[in-house]
Amino acid sequence: MLLWQILIDGFAVSALYALGATGFTLIFGVSGVLNLSHGAIMVAAAVAAWAASGDLHVGSYVATLIGVITSLVLSFATYFIAVRPIQHSRQIAESEKEIFILTATLLWGIIIQEAISYFFTNNAKTVLPIIEGVVTVLGVRTPANEYFTAAVCWIVIGLLWVLVNKTKAGKAVLAASMNPRGVTLLGFELSSIYLAVWAVYGVLAGIAGVLLGMFLGVSSYSVGPLTASAFSIVVLGGLGSVSGSLIAAYVVGYLETITAYLISPAYRTIPSLLLLLAVMYLRPQGLFGRR
Amino acid sequence: MPICQPMRARLGVAARTSVFALGLAAAVAPAQAADSIKIGVIAEAQAVAGSSIPLAAQLAADEINAKGGVDGRKIEIVTYDNHSSSAESIRAFQRAVNEDKVNAVIASYISEVVLALEPWAGRLKTIMITPGAASDVITENIAKDYEHNKYTFHGYLTSSALASLVCDAAKDLLVDGLKMKSAVIMSEDAAWTKPLDAGYEKCLPEVGLKVLDHIRFSPDTTDFTPIFNKIESQKPDVMITGISHVGTQPTVQWKSQQVPIPMLGVASQATNSTFWKDTNGATEGVLYNAVSGPGVAVTEKTLPFVDAFQKKYGNTPSYAGYTAYDEVYYIADAVKRAGSTDSDKMVEALEKTDWVGTIGRIQFLPKGDPHVHGLKTGKGAITGLMLQWQDGKQVNLWPKDVANGQLKFPSFIKTSEK
Repeated sequence: MLLWQILIDGFAVSALYALGATGFTLIFGVSGVLNLSHGAIMVAAAVAAWAASGDLHVGSYVATLIGVITSLVLSFATYFIAVRPIQHSRQIAESEKEIFILTATLLWGIIIQEAISYFFTNNAKTVLPIIEGVVTVLGVRTPANEYFTAAVCWIVIGLLWVLVNKTKAGKAVLAASMNPRGVTLLGFELSSIYLAVWAVYGVLAGIAGVLLGMFLGVSSYSVGPLTASAFSIVVLGGLGSVSGSLIAAYVVGYLETITAYLISPAYRTIPSLLLLLAVMYLRPQGLFGRR
Repeated sequence: MPICQPMRARLGVAARTSVFALGLAAAVAPAQAADSIKIGVIAEAQAVAGSSIPLAAQLAADEINAKGGVDGRKIEIVTYDNHSSSAESIRAFQRAVNEDKVNAVIASYISEVVLALEPWAGRLKTIMITPGAASDVITENIAKDYEHNKYTFHGYLTSSALASLVCDAAKDLLVDGLKMKSAVIMSEDAAWTKPLDAGYEKCLPEVGLKVLDHIRFSPDTTDFTPIFNKIESQKPDVMITGISHVGTQPTVQWKSQQVPIPMLGVASQATNSTFWKDTNGATEGVLYNAVSGPGVAVTEKTLPFVDAFQKKYGNTPSYAGYTAYDEVYYIADAVKRAGSTDSDKMVEALEKTDWVGTIGRIQFLPKGDPHVHGLKTGKGAITGLMLQWQDGKQVNLWPKDVANGQLKFPSFIKTSEK
């Protein structure tokens, strides 16, 4: 019974981590940007969905849509306010741009976080689940929403795979992540590929944020831990490797769940951080890294 | 870099101008200070419990000023947002005393913050009253070094007092009413819950609830599934809570996982009216201790205060709002009786406080008591309430004479088979 409980809980949490980290790693793979406002964008999506259902009295689906749109808008805002001006700047040396973008996205994330707590207080909020009720399998009572979360995450990841591998635009994105110069030489506009990636990222982070809001709830305090968990999953899996991130998400998700159940919920994150440290020492490019 | 040169010159001019402006302000300030009684309010503007503190204090000041103030002197509230941080609170306290020249400070609902400010109240010899922190250590420090720490007053219940009020309510509602026999204590790891848990461990068996386990969890916890899972496997009749930094997440997960065990105890976030919305109604059936509640006329001042607060700010106050409102009134009362804003004279006057506020009759425990400057509790003083969320409303169930509803649980709670 405990085993089944760990399997289900771990699967749902991991699926959520995987979805959150996929967008994060995609952006890095294509444009070399580590977006440290990631957690803030996820929280903003969840809070927007919460506010929409509470203040505008819309249904769960519309609220979710509003959450995803919020995340999409913030994703573009991140690109146009924090990333693009630095990429195009002539005053900042090329070699320093990466660290400038890192700082800019971090500060942008803090701005979003502070705005959320200013307007909506820092109390945790939860989005009304689309599916309510519980499902009992093998004597383990689990919210139906947990299965729903895992299913949606995998459907979205599946759609992303189809987009990247089967469509022309997707293939261009994939190519850009391998060799930006080569893609430009083939006649693709790199800036429109960037836009497409930030759009995909916005949608993924939005869905992950709203699902997190339904599953566990979020507050402006979640911003840091969410960015950190996406970051450590992506580093563990290998920067820029989508499949590596998916596997790393499951490693981290299960490690946390097993710790929480078998040792203590208080030590939940510690083993996965130790693992990250070990990987940094022994295999700095990550489990499946190319760089 | 040459570009810096004119920049620095301009900055210099700006700095000198602002120093000049400050000097002017300082020259004008003492004249104002003599006229008004200044109360500094250091609180957590972004937290639900803390955000009511400055609002309620301002409301009380406006009411007092509308009636002519204290012997013609107006009350002026100066607010500082401490971002829930002890370090920022200390900076705010120093600024309040040294620059803004406040006569007293109302500070925070977080025990860690108040404990950090307590030595500063002593060093700067400035009255500090907390409207919401609960740690017993606050008053214990005063008992240990009265001469130094006598400037601190505890305007809310201590954790051990809260624990015994919760036990009293649990006895009437659960042991006598529902024949419950066992409990698991579930509390967040923080300064205020240590004496609370000790109090629970002692008083729950006394009222007939056997303590099966005691779970303390990190306030950073987001997934409560393993915790509820463990508690459920021990089959207690009730979970006795001690939560303030967390609230929404355990409540929502309790409902979504349909944990069949009721929750009763101290849950600060549940005292606020927005909790129903924050949890999408998952708080249905949650029982929580409070000093006041909407619609409960603890004294004749309670309901007019709630109405005025709601009219002015659009929502109902958190628990710390009631106490902050009372504090402004009895600080004003003490100034009037002392005839002065001298800190030592105000301490003497505050110690003789006998003020009927929104949460009951307020009197401080005398020198010599282990909780000196803590509030007197019990019949004729402050009794506390036990409320339950029902259909979006906070309904009071205990004590009987001010109850306005019946105990009612959502369908997933199993109480009858036990």
